[in-house]
Amino acid sequence: MTKSPEQLEQELKRRSKAAKLEIWGRVVSFSALILIVAVVVAIIGFVASKGLATFTTNHVNLWDFLSGKNWNPSLTDAHGKPEVGALSMIVGSFLITVLSAIVATPFAIGTAVFMNEISPNRGAKILQPVTELLVGIPSVVYGFIGLSVVVPFTRSVFGGSGFGILSGTCVLFVMILPTVTSMSADALRAVPRYYREASLALGATQWQTIYKVVLRAATPGLMTAVVFGMARAFGEALAVQMVIGNAALMPQSLVDPAATLTSVLTTGIGNTVMGSLQNNALWSLALVLLLMSLVFNLIIRLIGRKGRLQ
Amino acid sequence: MFMSSDIATPGTTPERHIVQPGDAQHPIVLSTEDLHVFYGDKEALSEGDLKFARNQITALIGASGSGKSTFLRSLNRMNDRIATVKGRIMYRGVDINQPDIDVYEMRRRIGMVFQRPNPFAKSIYDNIAFALRLRGITAKNKLDEIVETSLRQAALWDQVKDELDKSALALSGGQAQRLCIARAIAVKPDVLLLDEPASALDPVSTSQLEDTLLKLKQHYTIIIVTHNMQQAARISEYTAFFNQGRVLEYDTTSQIFTNPQVQVTSDYVSGNFG
Repeated sequence: MTKSPEQLEQELKRRSKAAKLEIWGRVVSFSALILIVAVVVAIIGFVASKGLATFTTNHVNLWDFLSGKNWNPSLTDAHGKPEVGALSMIVGSFLITVLSAIVATPFAIGTAVFMNEISPNRGAKILQPVTELLVGIPSVVYGFIGLSVVVPFTRSVFGGSGFGILSGTCVLFVMILPTVTSMSADALRAVPRYYREASLALGATQWQTIYKVVLRAATPGLMTAVVFGMARAFGEALAVQMVIGNAALMPQSLVDPAATLTSVLTTGIGNTVMGSLQNNALWSLALVLLLMSLVFNLIIRLIGRKGRLQ
Repeated sequence: MFMSSDIATPGTTPERHIVQPGDAQHPIVLSTEDLHVFYGDKEALSEGDLKFARNQITALIGASGSGKSTFLRSLNRMNDRIATVKGRIMYRGVDINQPDIDVYEMRRRIGMVFQRPNPFAKSIYDNIAFALRLRGITAKNKLDEIVETSLRQAALWDQVKDELDKSALALSGGQAQRLCIARAIAVKPDVLLLDEPASALDPVSTSQLEDTLLKLKQHYTIIIVTHNMQQAARISEYTAFFNQGRVLEYDTTSQIFTNPQVQVTSDYVSGNFG
């Protein structure tokens, strides 16, 4: 039986159940996207409005905030200006981040090479679960171990109170190690097998292959892993706060008590009144943190793009 | 599935037919004796005993899964990590399938080119210099010289001589494969193993690659796995036919293609397989 073009058109234009489901699916996933975007925008907007209030409402000079070394928002200095210099915390945060990344990177890459290149079987059986377990340990546990093991250790070996950048670095090193390791392993896994075969077939030893071919090819991925670990270290609050000593002073040595942006935030935020200068100053620290994590994200994206272009 | 009983009427054709290749000018360089390859418990190659004559091209043909690539990759022990290779691989009188053989030194003498062109993400120059530098050759003029001769032998020099610093990943498939050949011959190997080197290439690149191989024959002993029977017929002196992990027939290429002795070979080369 042949159908007239009109009939056929009607049939083709009628919305089937599948087509309706398709629209429904799009609506659901799009609303989820909208919700996420709205939350992110709201957070950034809120932190920014609060953080900028220090400079707009309380008339603190931005440069004084970034370069001042004295942090004591409830006091004013000789000129009647509030003491909200955040430099010591910014330095503390960066120092602890960079140091823990420097310590963690060789261990992480070494472990990833072992897991992926040297002993893939044992790597998959033992190291993979261990790494995943380490990621899952709550940071308060790391902080507690740091407090009861690392701090006394640094106190007895290096003197001082034991609280400080060094203890913070030790704790953060262990905390970011699994992240950097598993991401490094992913980067090595992404190196095509035929690179290794080509190198081995040319008579390169396994170590030469790892060193000259695999690690070179994986460099963008490895850098991403390290920056990711740094982002995590920069944002970690609880464990660091437990071992760093929380003295908002310019760090003079690795074993003096110091503070990071996050540690000052967590210790201070409960003790201030919303809308006061003290509270706004803490929000400014939060804004710095937020901007820095955006910068870390940007770096990761740039590295990723560069890696693809190769 | 082919069992020996359903190949043909017994008595009319032999089940296997293996000849001795080589002559005074073309002595045997490489041979396998009692070679068995296992992937786990599965035996992928059982009867794969062949001899290879110097400065000749030997083609290994057969259907997918017939064991020809497994055989080839065992010859320079590229299968060591994934398979168990038993038996002897005699290279100029030395069994190179012994545990105390330095496989890295052996692979300099028995080089390999893969199915998929696999240049490193380095410059053309550095791709070829890679293996040389690993062996401690760092003098610029020496490297320049070897890079040039290797590229000339691989018939790539004229196309890339002005852009040696360019990334090798920018080369076309055929050029990249010839770069891989240049890279393999830069360390002056004795035997060159090629695993379906033309299967990812277009007909023009394939024909250029075949010309290159015919020229390289003067310097190297070449063993090539190919799915392309015309290719085997065009370039090789000897052809081995693999079927289900066994070499069923090994003879001069003209014999294999015009007068095969084994029924399965005859079916395969005439396209009646399966």
